[in-house]
Amino acid sequence: MTRSPDRLVRNSTTARLNHWLTGGCFVLLTLSGLAMFHPMLFFLSELFGGGQWMRAAHPWIGALLLLSYLGLIVQCWRDNLPSRDDIVWLGAINRVLANEEDGVPEVGRFNAGQKFVFWAMALLVPVLFVTGLVTWDVYFSPYTTIEQQRIAVLVHSLAALGAILVWILHVYAAIWVRGSVQAMTQGYVTRGWAWRHHRKWLRALTATGSSGPRPKA
Amino acid sequence: MSSLQSLDIAARSATTTPSPQVRKTPELAKLIDVSSCIGCKACQVACMQWNDLRDEVGDNIGTYDNPRDLTPESWTVMRFSEVETQTKDEGTRLEWLIRKDGCMHGEDPGCLKACPAPGAIVQYTNGIVDFISENCIGCGYCIKGCPFNIPRISPVDHKSYKCTLCSDRVGVGLEPACVKACPTGAIMFGSKSDMASWAGERIEDLKSRGFANAGLYDPPGVGGTHVMYVLHHADRPSLYAGLPDKPRISMFVEAWKGMFKPVALAGIAVAAVAGFLHWVVTGPNDVQPKDDAEAEHLRQKADDPT
Ligand code: HEM
Repeated sequence: MTRSPDRLVRNSTTARLNHWLTGGCFVLLTLSGLAMFHPMLFFLSELFGGGQWMRAAHPWIGALLLLSYLGLIVQCWRDNLPSRDDIVWLGAINRVLANEEDGVPEVGRFNAGQKFVFWAMALLVPVLFVTGLVTWDVYFSPYTTIEQQRIAVLVHSLAALGAILVWILHVYAAIWVRGSVQAMTQGYVTRGWAWRHHRKWLRALTATGSSGPRPKA
Repeated sequence: MSSLQSLDIAARSATTTPSPQVRKTPELAKLIDVSSCIGCKACQVACMQWNDLRDEVGDNIGTYDNPRDLTPESWTVMRFSEVETQTKDEGTRLEWLIRKDGCMHGEDPGCLKACPAPGAIVQYTNGIVDFISENCIGCGYCIKGCPFNIPRISPVDHKSYKCTLCSDRVGVGLEPACVKACPTGAIMFGSKSDMASWAGERIEDLKSRGFANAGLYDPPGVGGTHVMYVLHHADRPSLYAGLPDKPRISMFVEAWKGMFKPVALAGIAVAAVAGFLHWVVTGPNDVQPKDDAEAEHLRQKADDPT
């Protein structure tokens, strides 16, 4: 997309590629995982070339997801550190949900909802990875007892449920707040968008003459 | 192999609709009388021969167990245990217990409950639990479901294997190969009720010979089994190479495979619908001209602080 000089970089190219790698892995894992999770969704295994291929592919995609998400953690953890603003912002969540931005406290690069998604996944992805390794029969079954594997598969499906719910929240928020999808596809947002949704971030960028994603040092 | 007896399927893995029920067949069982087993392994050989299976030749580990364990190619293994037991009149006694291990064909099969692949595990109306290899995806969930540690996954073809109770022979009115081969009559096959009454006679005999705790192993925790043992020490099944005293499907498997699944799917659906309703009721959050103006104002102030 042609970039107007007015626009701010919301996400660097690296961050965007990293994000979509993560998202792609996550969608494939959700589809293949749900196929094994419930008989009525087993038909999803056909998307992967049948049950055997799906069973074989799922853990490998999972390993890629872990690496990919680690990349996002490295790039985004600073701006996701909790702050006092988060509590104030959460206090005004009713106004946020009603699209009434007046009276909603100003937030930095990420609001409390985005930080929740970030940290929830930062917890759930490693839990899914570790419990997934324990259930990865082909390579890892000799290293654990059957009882440990039973617990692992139960925790894995609970964590997957949690991750899928968090993911629905994440995707809906992106659709709801117009301009967010573009921020992750093309990477740019308008200054008006930043004023409306991340005013402290805009102030910091403007004050330092930065065009994003982080203020100049 | 695929199923030849679709009318005789009582339960099918990962299937939410009822099985055909018009035809009823008697429940069958294999009875293994541990007290008359001489450990000759004719049953192991018969199993290999009928099923055309050849395991790797193993090594000697100082016991008669060979192979050491069940494998994808060895569906039954004699397990030898040397134990000391207390008797009333003779003090301690050294006993050599020999148990033919293999699938117990439980009435409530943990493997079938855990299996995510539709039709990869079936239970016939006669009680036999069978793996339908063409539907098996090799995930290993059957291993987690089984309270007896029986299924083995082949590292070559990633399919799970275990004793079929010779479902192919039984389906045409023959007895399982191991039963046919047993030279002492320690393995019997017939209707479950006949087997229970035959076991009753054996148990009485054992009791008269000083085994006060002789009894039938048909554990109620899994709804009974279609492979039963006559044990001299039925009060302590674990003496027999760790046969579970009170087998049950693990509570972790029950929690994982029970109500959690439909509730979880409903939760996912509710979350998605809630998002959609928010979209319909409140709609998208758009940037307003006022926001653009304020942002522009902020920038001009920064460019020109005066
Ligand atoms: C992060 C690394 C991950 C690894 C190593 C992993 C590994 C596994 C393994 C080994 C299985 C058993 C089936 C098989 O062998 O393929 C499994 C099942 C499953 N996985 Fe994953 N997985 C990971 C991530 C995820 C994610 C992100 C999700 C979805 C949010 C997910 C959802 C599921 C579900 C729903 C099941 C089926 C559980 C059941 O049958 O109840 N997994 N996973």
